[in-house]
Amino acid sequence: MSQTEPSAPLYAAREPVFPRRVKGSFRSLKWWLMGLMLGIYYVTPWIRWDRGPTLPDQAVLLDLANRRFFFFMIEIWPHEFYFVAGLLIMAGLGLFLFTSALGRVWCGYACPQTVWTDLYILVERWIDGDRNARLRLWNQKWSLHKAWLRAVKWTMWLLIAVATGGAWVFYYTDAPTLAVNLAQGTAPFAAYLWIGILTATTFVFGGFMREQMCIYACPWPRIQAAMMDEDTITIGYRDWRGEPRGKHRKAEGAEALGDCIDCMACANVCPMGIDIRDGQQLECITCGLCIDACDEMMDKVGKPRGLVAYMALKDERLERAGGHPTRIWKHMFRPRTLMYFTLWAGIGVALVVALFMRSPFDFSVSPVRNPQYVMLSDGSIRNTYEVRLRNKQPREMTLEISLTNHEDDHDFDGDHGAVQLALEGREANVVTVAPDETLTQRVYVTAPRGTDLADERRSDVRFWLRDVDGTDRVSADSVFNGKDH
Amino acid sequence: MSKAPAKTTKPGDAEVTGHEWDGIKEFNNPLPRWWLWTFYVTIVWAIGYTIAYPAWPLLKGATPGILGASTRADVAADIKRFADANAPIEARLVAADLTEIAGDPALASYAANAGKAVFATWCAQCHGAGAGGNVGYPNLLDNDWLWGGDIEAIHTTITHGIRNTESADARYSEMPKFGADGLLEAPQIGEVVHYVLQLSGQAHDAAKAEAGAVVFADNCAACHADDGTGNRDLGAPNLTDAIWLYGGSEATLTETVTNARFGVMPNWSTRLSEAEIRSVAAYVHGLGGGE
Repeated sequence: MSQTEPSAPLYAAREPVFPRRVKGSFRSLKWWLMGLMLGIYYVTPWIRWDRGPTLPDQAVLLDLANRRFFFFMIEIWPHEFYFVAGLLIMAGLGLFLFTSALGRVWCGYACPQTVWTDLYILVERWIDGDRNARLRLWNQKWSLHKAWLRAVKWTMWLLIAVATGGAWVFYYTDAPTLAVNLAQGTAPFAAYLWIGILTATTFVFGGFMREQMCIYACPWPRIQAAMMDEDTITIGYRDWRGEPRGKHRKAEGAEALGDCIDCMACANVCPMGIDIRDGQQLECITCGLCIDACDEMMDKVGKPRGLVAYMALKDERLERAGGHPTRIWKHMFRPRTLMYFTLWAGIGVALVVALFMRSPFDFSVSPVRNPQYVMLSDGSIRNTYEVRLRNKQPREMTLEISLTNHEDDHDFDGDHGAVQLALEGREANVVTVAPDETLTQRVYVTAPRGTDLADERRSDVRFWLRDVDGTDRVSADSVFNGKDH
Repeated sequence: MSKAPAKTTKPGDAEVTGHEWDGIKEFNNPLPRWWLWTFYVTIVWAIGYTIAYPAWPLLKGATPGILGASTRADVAADIKRFADANAPIEARLVAADLTEIAGDPALASYAANAGKAVFATWCAQCHGAGAGGNVGYPNLLDNDWLWGGDIEAIHTTITHGIRNTESADARYSEMPKFGADGLLEAPQIGEVVHYVLQLSGQAHDAAKAEAGAVVFADNCAACHADDGTGNRDLGAPNLTDAIWLYGGSEATLTETVTNARFGVMPNWSTRLSEAEIRSVAAYVHGLGGGE
């Protein structure tokens, strides 16, 4: 704080925003996208996908309790989490790609904060009326009428919020069962908790926080600045065409005025409460509504559209010099976007390849290190391994475990057949694993006295797991600890 | 919204605390009101808390609090909840034939996990966390058993222990102190040690071993059998194999024959429940050495 004069308050109250209704191509696009995205969000958990009797039949299911992630024909196990990591990296690079090409198109059209705020503003307009009515209502003292309108609006918001949180929990367990349980009040506590949390966040973020989330809470607007350059498509105001702005077209000196009639339409429709004519600014989510508003007005006053439009900063210079702007699509293809796309597609291809190369079963072998080896009564050396077998198929599998040296040779340096493999509690080296289950099996490897395996301090060995009813086999490397010297 | 000018204090009309650092003085401003109220609320809260929860120390214990909260009772309730949940399978475990446990997946899984916990709590101190044993404490992973390695023998050993004074049914045997009690002369001990080295396939003096064979037949074979393979009924170790509880070198064997060994294992029947004993027996049996 300044020592010499009283300083301004450290806290500035929010200036409420009352976006006016607008019609136009971007508004229509946003309605369609909202319908599509909300549709996907609400419908997805209810899509069924038959996986046989042992597995859930929900197409998209994040089964945290059983640690499985189902996505249509794909099933991800916890140890395959790199697929999820890969998808997240793709999502990140996808955002980079879209941001460098189209600016904050995610913020303006697809971000849940934007979509739900849009929905909440729609409800607000139904109940309270358009911008001017809402402004009047805001400035009114509390009355029965105002309280009634607020109660209706908040109730509808709350219903949307409950539906939002309610839909979320269906992704984590069988949706029809949970729906019945929720209706009967017998659902798990976690379901109610999450519905409660998401209801609260939706209600508060969509109803009251709105643009403040984007301006103060979200890190993405800051990161996005690094992705954007002068070729990036953003929303701009052609001030060289619009200025000097003025209202009275018939007034004296009107000929000297620019195309902007200073009707404030662009500012009044803005959900972020900014004036695009001030130039690009942090708050702008490039939703395009000001373009619709301005185009509508330009049509009315008989001026060409595009006073406010999607454009790249590079075009400004061209246009000021009287040239024509480069076509939008030409801005999009440039080394930067191609690089992002290549990275994005490369990871995508790698993930798809990895997905199809996955074995339907696999195993991990961890040597028991306490103790490292056991000497048996005949002097032979035995190592114990904890082998975890995973059957990722919806059918029971019979799997055979075998051992070779690290050069895939069953003849351990001339000790052919001498090295014995045995499974705890089983007659043969064969294990049956239930569908979609893991099984931990103790495996013993015994090297007779005098063999290299028994006498070497440490040897590499390779375990093999073979599907008895098929041809597939997988391997896992481990070590054999011989006698201490 | 209209912005009221902030209530700030100008230098000169404010009280200072008298603290000064490099010319920077500290104002003696009052606390913000909301802060002050928060402070009062915490006081009220603290008083309420000490009434609701155990708080004020007394000569013995503390005030119990009207909510009756007790972490000790919570733990007891937790333990009871788990014990109740496990009661049916423990009843089955106790009723089952010992040899049936491994074949019943539910029992085997419960016994292996419960047994692992029992082992870590009560057995690992001597036998090692991995059951690999130590000098004087048998390795439970190998295929050499002093008193038998099938599940029934293991169960009996755990239940009653070995050479303890607590249980009349403890496994018992005692090797004579051949040297200390003057049963054998020093040269005879040397001879029999070389015979034992020969039995177990180690380097030895053939002449001494030959003489030792006679000593062995007269003094040792009664328990360790004529061929030195031992006797599980007496807990007499097999002397022909590669496994030694106390060591198989000449010096260690001489010490063993001279002063004998007397390994003791506690009686667990008074410390563990039958279900726990059965669990840990099944666990040990499944470590690789079980017969």
